[in-house]
Amino acid sequence: MGIRFILMVNKQGQTRLAQYYEYLTLEERRALEGEIVRKCLARTEQQCSFVEHRNYKIVYRRYASLFFLVGVDNEENELAILEFIHLLVETMDQHFGNVCELDIMFHLEKAHFMLEEMVMNGCIVETSKSNILMPIQLMDKTS
Amino acid sequence: MSSPSIMETLFQRTLEDLIKGFRLQLIGESAFISKAMEEIWKEIKSTNLQTKSIALQKLSYLGSLYFVDMSWSAFHCIECMSSPRFSQKRIGYVAVSQSFYDETPVLLLITNQLRKDLGNVNEFEAGLALDCLASIATVDLARDLTPNVFKLLGSSKIPLRKKAIGAILRVFEKYPDAVRVCFKRLVENLDSPDSRILSAVVGVFCELASRDPRSYLPLAPEFYRVLVDSKNNWVLIKILKIFAKLAALEPRVAKRIVEPVCEHMRRTGAKSLMFECIRTVVSSLSDYEAALKLAVSKIRELLGDEDANLKYLGLHALSVVARKQLWVVLENQEIVIKSLMDADANIRSESLRLVMAVISRSNVLDISRVLLSYGLKSDPGFCNEIIGSLLSACSHNLYEIVIDFDWYVSLLGEMSRIPHCQKGEEIKNQLIDIGMRVRDARSQLICVSRNLLIDPAFLGKPYLYGILCATAWVCGEYVEFSTNPTELVEALLQPRTSMLPPLIRAVYLQSVLKILIFCMYSHFQKWGSISFPSSHNLEGVLSESISKGTALESSDTLTSAQDDVFNPRKLRERIRLSFLLRRTDSVKSLLSNCCVIELALEPLLGTHEVEILERTRNVLGLIELIKQQIPDQLFPEEESLSREELEVWKLIRSMNDASCEELGPVSFTAQEKIRIPEGLVLEENLRELDLICGNLQPRSLSFFPQREERVDEWHDSEWRSREDLEPSNESMSLLVEHRKRHGLYYLPSSASNDYPLANDPRSGEHVPDETEDLVRLAAQSLAPKKKPNYSKPRPAVVRLDEGEATFPVVSNRSNSKYDLLSEVVHDVLQETNPMDKSSQKGKEKVRGDIPPGSKENLQDLVDPRREKLGSGKSKHRSHGKDRGHKIPQKVDGEKDENSERARKKGSHRHGRNKMRQRAEEQADLLAQTPDQIPDFLL
Repeated sequence: MGIRFILMVNKQGQTRLAQYYEYLTLEERRALEGEIVRKCLARTEQQCSFVEHRNYKIVYRRYASLFFLVGVDNEENELAILEFIHLLVETMDQHFGNVCELDIMFHLEKAHFMLEEMVMNGCIVETSKSNILMPIQLMDKTS
Repeated sequence: MSSPSIMETLFQRTLEDLIKGFRLQLIGESAFISKAMEEIWKEIKSTNLQTKSIALQKLSYLGSLYFVDMSWSAFHCIECMSSPRFSQKRIGYVAVSQSFYDETPVLLLITNQLRKDLGNVNEFEAGLALDCLASIATVDLARDLTPNVFKLLGSSKIPLRKKAIGAILRVFEKYPDAVRVCFKRLVENLDSPDSRILSAVVGVFCELASRDPRSYLPLAPEFYRVLVDSKNNWVLIKILKIFAKLAALEPRVAKRIVEPVCEHMRRTGAKSLMFECIRTVVSSLSDYEAALKLAVSKIRELLGDEDANLKYLGLHALSVVARKQLWVVLENQEIVIKSLMDADANIRSESLRLVMAVISRSNVLDISRVLLSYGLKSDPGFCNEIIGSLLSACSHNLYEIVIDFDWYVSLLGEMSRIPHCQKGEEIKNQLIDIGMRVRDARSQLICVSRNLLIDPAFLGKPYLYGILCATAWVCGEYVEFSTNPTELVEALLQPRTSMLPPLIRAVYLQSVLKILIFCMYSHFQKWGSISFPSSHNLEGVLSESISKGTALESSDTLTSAQDDVFNPRKLRERIRLSFLLRRTDSVKSLLSNCCVIELALEPLLGTHEVEILERTRNVLGLIELIKQQIPDQLFPEEESLSREELEVWKLIRSMNDASCEELGPVSFTAQEKIRIPEGLVLEENLRELDLICGNLQPRSLSFFPQREERVDEWHDSEWRSREDLEPSNESMSLLVEHRKRHGLYYLPSSASNDYPLANDPRSGEHVPDETEDLVRLAAQSLAPKKKPNYSKPRPAVVRLDEGEATFPVVSNRSNSKYDLLSEVVHDVLQETNPMDKSSQKGKEKVRGDIPPGSKENLQDLVDPRREKLGSGKSKHRSHGKDRGHKIPQKVDGEKDENSERARKKGSHRHGRNKMRQRAEEQADLLAQTPDQIPDFLL
């Protein structure tokens, strides 16, 4: 499985979105998120965006106040994951219009919806923005 | 009845309210959560689905971001899932995906709901069910829903088909037999013109192939087509990953893909794709020189980039290639060495890993020096990382790369002196191990141990206690190599040893005992050798010394009167006197030693630590015994008293015999070699212990001293060059300062250190640009030496015959699920032949009763069939049925048959007889065609 989890964490270390592609207990998740956030948020802009943690490789990128952290297998292509993060941000940007932390906080289900379209069981299955957003737009229209 | 429900709905707080409330709350997060939970508790029990779903939505929000337990809500999730309204259904599905796992008790209840939704005409509802299945499918769910997923794999709605492909991976994992049903359709999707489908299916194959690449070799032509045709970088990256696996297995695949991979590498503007090409080349295609050169030039671009990410990846790629092609690293060594000082710890670690990859006998000396000087300048964490990797690199395979053990032992001493050294345990193990294994290193070991022991500063650093323990043991065990045992005794008894933990202190005391025994033994040995010569012997000695014209040892008594030399009577008297003097000196020093020991140990008699008390008593008891004997013999006028008659000599000799027997390393299999006495049933009640201890790995080296069993020494004929070694007294000067302050307990600084300190702090400090310096140094050291100066042979390293080099490896129990999966994929991808059939039948029977752990047997059954893979295809060729077609069609034809088979198997199994007939026909054909492995790509 390529992607193991996706986290969005703000500067203060509060988790804003957490999506796991393998089952972890609450305690495991709490510990994992704590460790990762501590490790990644302490890094500077000049340092590289890849951090090895336990048996994961964390690929992360910061957009304004929000960190996007993706935990992947060691074999995964790190640059491709960076592009994936960027794609995710662009998609959200397109939908929300200049996306910010609040958008994700208040529309968490939509963010999850996008991720569902993009990733299944840890594999990236969709990379076209319009395709990703199509179901959400349909849903918005009907409701 | 309905009014409370309406009230609930009207006044229910939505998720948005909850989030807003969170931002405004003043009562503290946990209080707010528990309040919200109370509401949710009430609301979720509502009969109104809207109220319930909103409550569930809030619960999943809290569960996802605030770690609130939501396992209790399983039933409510299922209720929401079955709602006719999409928005409520979705909330239910999200909650299920988030909170259900294999052991959720109500999991089986959702099977029907999932089946219903999978068959739903609304593609979004079916999509929801597929998403859910992809994340929570269990064995039962996967089995029961395989037909539904199979249907969707052929759906005309692209998004739905895409999701079905995404879900199939989990289904395969859980229920491998689904491969028989679905595999053909999955493979067909590789031909899909839609890029979404292609990207999904390639992703699935990438995952499958990463677990068991061999099974997917027959699909190489399809993958190749994608590699050449696809314009989508995501797809290409995944395809390259598949090929990296396949090319390592099958050289013809490698040969075929080299060109397209290089083409992509040259052409692409995307760094991610370029890096994947590089990774493919360095990991699987490094035998192709042109490709490798291209990849290396691209790596150099990455290394030179400003972007830390690219630099990191460049180093990463280098470390992959370093295993086979050292020159690549040498070409880029400057960047690698400079990266050791990078601001980013990850880049530093990566370059350290790289340097470790190139370490060898010829450069270990210089690399260690460079690394340690970097370590001293960097933060403690990285410093320890450096020390750790040096230790493990040098000790690898019984110190394979170390030739000069004197140097290595000094290096260990230097490492211990590095502030914040956290590797005490490892250094301790190696000090003892080298002592036991390398006889020639012992004198240097004693010297290093002495330097560490006498420094009182170390006694204040608890993280070094392990090392001190080892050095104390070394001093006791190999005291015969010491030049000054008295000094060692004093060091072992210095007052600050009271800071040591009792068990280590006990080791100190035991060493004191050993040293004392050694001193006494050598004293009495000398006693024997300098016992006064009998008169005719004396004449001989005299005439000899006169003829040589050399003065006797005690020349000061003789220099005064030269003419006395020729007076035999006077001379005899003088000699007698000098002998007596020497004997007295020896006794005196022995006694003073004893006094020092007594003085230091007497306070310990009041201790409560039994280990210390016991050893103290031993030492003091021995001293008591000696003292009783010695005074009478202080000035034994009568020379007749030979040492053989001394009571004390017998005692000392037997004690020395007991302590001087050499200790050796212990084999890991030593325990196994002990034959179990008959009638002793050990495994009766302890069988479960295996389960408990199975995952505990044995320690890499074992040091419980035991008598050697079988030792075969091997000499290494290789020689090494000793480089310009400059001595340094840095550490000694620190000592001297200490000594000045507390003169009483400090020892004379007589020992000299012939070897350079591995990290001479002075060497770097005054040079302004030390990085440059180090780079130059590293450049020299990394370059392979043409003509080393042979100066010193590698000493013998004791190596036990068996069971040591190969530590018992915990059997790599790969997931049996994957084994099963690859078996089934084999079945599906292979042509049938009679042997196949029979073994397969047997296997199917067996599968029921063999526990998942023991699949290796089955794998053995499968292996020979792999060879037959090709023969099936060659049949195709000889048949001429598909002649003239390109391979893809051929494989398709093959697959049609397969899928037919698969379907038959899935639906009605009695079709097997017919299959067997066909298989036998094929076997006949097989006999005619030569058994050859096809070139998949031709």
